Amino acid sequence: MSNLALLALLLVVMALAYQLGLTRSRAVAANRDVRMHSRPGYYGVLVALWCGLPALALFVLWSLLAPQLIDALVTQQLPPELVASLSQRELDVFLRRAATLAAGGSVAGGASPEELTAAAYINRLSTLENLILVALMAVFAVAGLVYARRRISPRLRARNQVERVITFALASSSAIAICTTVGIVLSMLGEAIKFFTFISPAEFFFGTTWNPRFSSSGSSAQGEFGLLPLLWGTLMVSAIALLVAIPVGLMTAIYMAEYAPAWLRNVAKPIIEILAGIPTIVYGFFALIVIGPFLSSLGDLIGINIRTTSALTAGLVMGIMIIPFVSSLSDDIITQVPKSLRDGALGLGATKSETIRQVVLPAALPGIVGAFLLAASRAIGETMIVVLAAGNNPVLHANPFEAVSTITVTIVNQLTGDMDFASPQSLVAFALGLTLFVITLCLNVIALVVVRKYRQQYE
Amino acid sequence: MNTSVQPASTAPAINVGGGETRTSKAKEKVKMSAEAVKVFYGNTQAINGIDLEIFENEVLAFIGPSGCGKSTFLRCLNRMNDTIDICRVEGRITLDQQDIYAAERDVVLLRAQVGIVFQKPNPFPKSIYENIAYGPRLHGLAKRKAELDDIVESSLRRAGLWDEVKDRLDQPGTGLSGGQQQRLCIARTVAVSPDVILMDEPCSALDPIATAKVEQLIDELSESYTIVMVTHNMQQAARVADRTAFFHLGDLVEVDTTDQIFTNPQDQRTHDYITGRFG
Amino acid sequence: MSMTIEQRRQHRLSTIEKSLARRHSKEKRFRFMGLAAIVTGMTLVAILFASILMRGVPAFWQATFTLEVYMDPEVIQLDARPVRQSGESQADFETRLQSWQTQVGLVNWQSLLDSALEHALGEEVESRQLRDLRALIASNERFALRDRFLADPNLLGQRVETKLLADANVDVWLKGNIDRNLPDARQQLSPQTRAWADRLYAEGVIQNAFSTSLFLNSDSRSSAASAGLAGAFMGSLFMMLIVILLSVPLGVASAIYLEEFAPKNRITDLIEININNLAAVPSIVFGLLGASIFIGYLGLPISAPLVGGLVLTLMTLPTIIIATRASLRSIPPSVRQAALGIGASRVQTVFHHVLPLALPGILTGSILGVAQALGETAPLLLIGMNAFVANVPGTPLDQSTALPVQIYLWQGNELRNFFEARTSAAIIVLLALMLSLNALAIWLRKKFETRW
Repeated sequence: MSNLALLALLLVVMALAYQLGLTRSRAVAANRDVRMHSRPGYYGVLVALWCGLPALALFVLWSLLAPQLIDALVTQQLPPELVASLSQRELDVFLRRAATLAAGGSVAGGASPEELTAAAYINRLSTLENLILVALMAVFAVAGLVYARRRISPRLRARNQVERVITFALASSSAIAICTTVGIVLSMLGEAIKFFTFISPAEFFFGTTWNPRFSSSGSSAQGEFGLLPLLWGTLMVSAIALLVAIPVGLMTAIYMAEYAPAWLRNVAKPIIEILAGIPTIVYGFFALIVIGPFLSSLGDLIGINIRTTSALTAGLVMGIMIIPFVSSLSDDIITQVPKSLRDGALGLGATKSETIRQVVLPAALPGIVGAFLLAASRAIGETMIVVLAAGNNPVLHANPFEAVSTITVTIVNQLTGDMDFASPQSLVAFALGLTLFVITLCLNVIALVVVRKYRQQYE
Repeated sequence: MNTSVQPASTAPAINVGGGETRTSKAKEKVKMSAEAVKVFYGNTQAINGIDLEIFENEVLAFIGPSGCGKSTFLRCLNRMNDTIDICRVEGRITLDQQDIYAAERDVVLLRAQVGIVFQKPNPFPKSIYENIAYGPRLHGLAKRKAELDDIVESSLRRAGLWDEVKDRLDQPGTGLSGGQQQRLCIARTVAVSPDVILMDEPCSALDPIATAKVEQLIDELSESYTIVMVTHNMQQAARVADRTAFFHLGDLVEVDTTDQIFTNPQDQRTHDYITGRFG
Repeated sequence: MSMTIEQRRQHRLSTIEKSLARRHSKEKRFRFMGLAAIVTGMTLVAILFASILMRGVPAFWQATFTLEVYMDPEVIQLDARPVRQSGESQADFETRLQSWQTQVGLVNWQSLLDSALEHALGEEVESRQLRDLRALIASNERFALRDRFLADPNLLGQRVETKLLADANVDVWLKGNIDRNLPDARQQLSPQTRAWADRLYAEGVIQNAFSTSLFLNSDSRSSAASAGLAGAFMGSLFMMLIVILLSVPLGVASAIYLEEFAPKNRITDLIEININNLAAVPSIVFGLLGASIFIGYLGLPISAPLVGGLVLTLMTLPTIIIATRASLRSIPPSVRQAALGIGASRVQTVFHHVLPLALPGILTGSILGVAQALGETAPLLLIGMNAFVANVPGTPLDQSTALPVQIYLWQGNELRNFFEARTSAAIIVLLALMLSLNALAIWLRKKFETRW
């Protein structure tokens, strides 16, 4: 029986259990002529939960463990000399091929007799395993159902128990956010540590040459994995982006918050919001086909050699991308400055711009700095624009008109193609990712704390 | 000419009588006047046509139930209502016989002449010194640091705050207590040396002790400034005002010496209000 | 030395008055800067949209032949399509049918196209010019002809009017997307092919027809003209379904817990910072997470929308949690107090009273989150979704690309002249989807906007 069908069936049984619980609780109430603690629906739900949850837990556990069990059994069944002749990796490949055959597929290069025998055995085993699972789940479901149904009595606090389950479920979903962070840190740390067995951290963090030499080139040399050219490229592109985005974004926010008439605000705010949602690949394409050639010919005009794909192209377009982000964040911050402060300055005879520059902005400064930090974090982590428009040239130089490479570009380059998690060429992506994560984490946390303090000040 | 910007506190010569009873003050010169002033918020009319004269160096109090338009009218006197998009003012308001709503009139200059103190203390998130120095600096009233220091000190002295803050001028103004903050705001206004100071319920956010201090301050300031204040508190009007104006539903019902208003009101509505029938 | 009060007053006023001109011009400058910033931003965005529309919109129409193809029985030498005979098992019949279909595939369909073109040109084409002739029609179109015959074997011996896509280079040539004055060596097409294309275009045999292939086909390597978005669209659809099914319930549940149930202490503070941080973590980091955990550790298939969907779910989750929390927070406490006051439990209060009121905000936030996920590219590159996939995926476990990844792949195609327009068209499709989602969200918010 397929897993989906099994789960569907479980749902049907749970519905049945709900019905049984419902009628039972009504019967109990009518029989003894007492008031039940909870409304009948809660007894129904309680019975359904007792029926479904243990069976579901069993199912999950089983799905995790069964494949390993089958693999172990099959390996035992194989001729010992065959097992001995295979490395762990080859054995895995063998088992995977056998599993494919068992599922009715075909394998490259035709199947060997051993593989066919193993496949047949796998087939027998999985039929058996499926039967056992169905039987066990049936037992669990029925047992749970019967137990819960018998417990129904006027004093059973069904609602409280159901609510406890609900609260628990809610709490566990909020744990997912934590798990994600932990997952990010652990996965990247794990792979990065593997990488550092090939390359020492000092070489990585302070190396000035990036030349990973893909393993496919055949040379046994390790290649050089110096982070600095990439970090420098990242910072250069981000700095250009912020130079564009911060003045334009901040001035836009100021104009929107302080000068713009209501109708303009009503029109412009949704537009800005939508602009913030345009995928970065679109901006990247724009950089590649419009801005890059434009800058290049502009450079020709004034006698500077600007490459089509350069730090400047990528930075400029990234700046355009971040403008709406900066402006809507700053707008929020500026409008939070209380009107009484503006009135205070205006009442002394300040002009509007004096009020803004000398009172509103200083008051909003922490929040605005927070917004800038978030913008910087975004620029540093931005990928598609730089992949398309920065030119992928991991060399240390200070010329913004030349191509550069960034951390994100390199992650993409190193990890697309083959998924071999054993070579330093792939693993370095995780070390880079970890670096990126730590940098952005610092920026984000500082920004978040600053902004939060700022908000509390005016609440 | 090098002493051109003297702190105002060194000029006590302008004390015009100022005896025990506030009502006895001479009030021959009209400082500001309003003729048929109407105010609209969008399509709603908030003020229905007010005529009023404000005399030099008097304390004039606006009283009336909430929503009667007294704050709105006060804010017309230095065009603070300009900051509200939908607000429209009709009629004529003059300062020293010049229309303040005239097209060529500069609102910056007007506000330097007619200062305002708000209901809630609103010190800037800057140091105490910078709070006071902001206005003079804005208008270029001090050419040297020493002059600015003088202005800051004399303004704080006038606001009776000097002794409390002289050791912590570099600390943020927001760190002061509510009453101190309000006096800081008054000092900030005084530092520009306006002719008229508008006060919009300056004590409503303060405790009784702080209120008493501010009232005393108003009394002292009235020697050199024309003060127009809105108050909810009739006792306060009785304590500090030379004259009192009673507003009701956008109309100026009655204006007279404070004694007259509280002892012998001419209008039934004034009578009802001060005897507590409504409000 | 000393001045009267009045003199001092006059002096002060004149000082202020003198400074006014300077201050007002400063004010004007500042205001102008603000306006200039908005105009700059809007201009850049207008250029972005204009350049993409200008390039992309023409790509929705594609050079298409209308040819009369003679299903020549001499070329199509086949037995009749097998019919199931009585007593024949289903399996045997299928075997026979399959061998027939294989035979159909072996027919020289190209020669039918060649003759049809010759017919249209009204001239015999020598065999050494055959290459030039065949360069006119997209190479995959012979399979279109085959499929047409498979669907209706009765066409044998008939003249069939057929719509066939012109080759990508012909499309480029006819649309003027390549400089017509380039020397032959730098042209993609031979002079003969170009001359033929111009002639057929003038005669109306080639027309610019709406490109259904863009929407109905999946990507193609061998025949650029028939490369379409169907595969990528399905891939994106599967991923969005997964994102909606997982991230919305999980996000809303966790927001409810944090906002309504969780005690306010250091731990929930930490969770809050953590969620806000996750919302600002670069998307590519989520791609690394997916590559390492879902593919490396859990062994889920590479390039599958399932993995993409999971990665995007984790990425969208914080956005939805933050939006939901904001929405819940905007419900005034009085609603909760009222419900609790008449004896509802906390769970009942939340689910019966607070949640329905917060629903519009939650919906808006979720739609915006999903729209953001729809446009995300970088993490998908790391889980192998940039592989070339010629089929439309049928399940979330099949290999697939996604719309933004397809854009990435197309912009890198060597046939720049053709794919620049094709990519822009794909961007237009993606943006249209995203903008409708955004518009829906904004409309929902406007419609249900409540002020408490």
